[in-house]
Amino acid sequence: MTQPAETLAKQLALVIDLNVCVGCHACVTSCKQWNTSGSAGPLADLNAYGAEPNGTFFNRVQTWEAGEYPQADTIHFPKSCLHCEDPPCVPVCPTGASYKRKEDGIVLVDYDRCIGCKYCAWACPYGARELDESRQVMTKCTLCVDRIYDEKLAPEDRKPACVKACPTNARLFGDVKDPDSEVSKAIRERGGYSLMPEWGTQPANQYLPRLVREAQEF
Amino acid sequence: MHPAWSVILFTVLAGLGQGLFVMLVRASDSGIAPHLLGMAGLASTVLLCVGLACSFLHLGHPLRAWRAVAMWRTSWLSREVIVLPLTIAVVAAWSLAQLAGWAHAQWLGLLGVALCFVLWVCTGMIYACIRFLREWAHPLTLVNFVLLGWMSGATLFAALGELLPGFSANPLWLSAATALTVAGACARLASLGRNRMLKPVSTPQSALGVRAAKLKQMSQGATGGSFNTREFFHGKSALVVRNVRWIALGLAFALPLALLVAARYQPGAGLVALAALSQVLGLLAERWLFFAQANHPQNIYYQAVA
Repeated sequence: MTQPAETLAKQLALVIDLNVCVGCHACVTSCKQWNTSGSAGPLADLNAYGAEPNGTFFNRVQTWEAGEYPQADTIHFPKSCLHCEDPPCVPVCPTGASYKRKEDGIVLVDYDRCIGCKYCAWACPYGARELDESRQVMTKCTLCVDRIYDEKLAPEDRKPACVKACPTNARLFGDVKDPDSEVSKAIRERGGYSLMPEWGTQPANQYLPRLVREAQEF
Repeated sequence: MHPAWSVILFTVLAGLGQGLFVMLVRASDSGIAPHLLGMAGLASTVLLCVGLACSFLHLGHPLRAWRAVAMWRTSWLSREVIVLPLTIAVVAAWSLAQLAGWAHAQWLGLLGVALCFVLWVCTGMIYACIRFLREWAHPLTLVNFVLLGWMSGATLFAALGELLPGFSANPLWLSAATALTVAGACARLASLGRNRMLKPVSTPQSALGVRAAKLKQMSQGATGGSFNTREFFHGKSALVVRNVRWIALGLAFALPLALLVAARYQPGAGLVALAALSQVLGLLAERWLFFAQANHPQNIYYQAVA
């Protein structure tokens, strides 16, 4: 049933630096703004000013606490599709609406072919996919595929909206198969790791671990 | 997981229709009048069609459902979408052949029985193939889909024998329903026992890649819930889940077994019909539990609102 993952020559991905993410949610709002206006949108935005706002987001920032007070660490943790090299969400799709691009490894959904059965979301251990309540199709991070190749944009702007918005440079973008890329160097030199490696999904997105610092005395 | 009524109804009703058809074909040379077999076969067709209709309600875009036949090479859901209408067609054709008194219906019957089993396997594999939903990723899931559907169909078939004059009231069919109910109970108890022993493979530590012994979510990034909180949590208390388990075990297995045994001493009193009704209601609860008990690893990321 499941064939071994095809090795692609190019794999675009994000590398998230947990040392410098301050949890400002600028990546969340810029992602929503770009994608609700672009080819992936519109994204549901229900009851936006009510008690229980609800909508589709491709990227969310969570906050966690590690350790015990007063030795506790606050960790802001951005979470989006990891564009797995062996994405379990793709083979289960009955229509072929979910697919992984051979040219750059981005995992995408063809909204016109999606029947909204939600099976791909069940098959993603990370909960990276969200069914859009208004359009009733599955949606997910596109790595801003409608932006990164847009030659009408200045070369420095051909990056995902979240990367451009991050004020602390916690989000790096590039080809993890190119050993000289910024992302490959960061993964290599700073110990980039995968989320839930136990499921063998080979996420393309990697996270950079927080540096352990000795308690500083002032 | 959040138990969806569309899928619960589909799997229970289609399984019942498949089980009934398997028994009808098995009993087709036992002296039951062909027109009765044909009518019962049409009842099986109706059950499968109602199940199919329920499955459409699960889709965001039901009118695009035909597209789901495309990926049969990789997707068990796609395979199910192909096998289900084929099964309905063959079951309906066999039933009409019985009504028309066509002599060569035996081949259609065997083909239909084979398709019923293939359909059970497809349905079971949809769940069993998701490796990180560990409550489902086990051969017992397949065994249960086959046995529980077959069991409910066998009890319904025995009930027809009790209710309809001219339908076979052979005690063999009562024994078949009893044996399948015992087998179904054993298999489901085995999977429930296995679920109790499961230890989570994914932890907050592996989900975040942070080694701290104590790792607690403070905020999940949304205050009003999300698809992630709606689709993957059943939202009921442990007490409700426990009660549903007792209801499922009682109505699907214990009560029908008692009624099937009692029916041997009180034939014709409607006890088998009661057993069949109880079993269907019990299987609705069993299927709810099947979904509610599956713990998705993504839930680790959705523990606290703010």
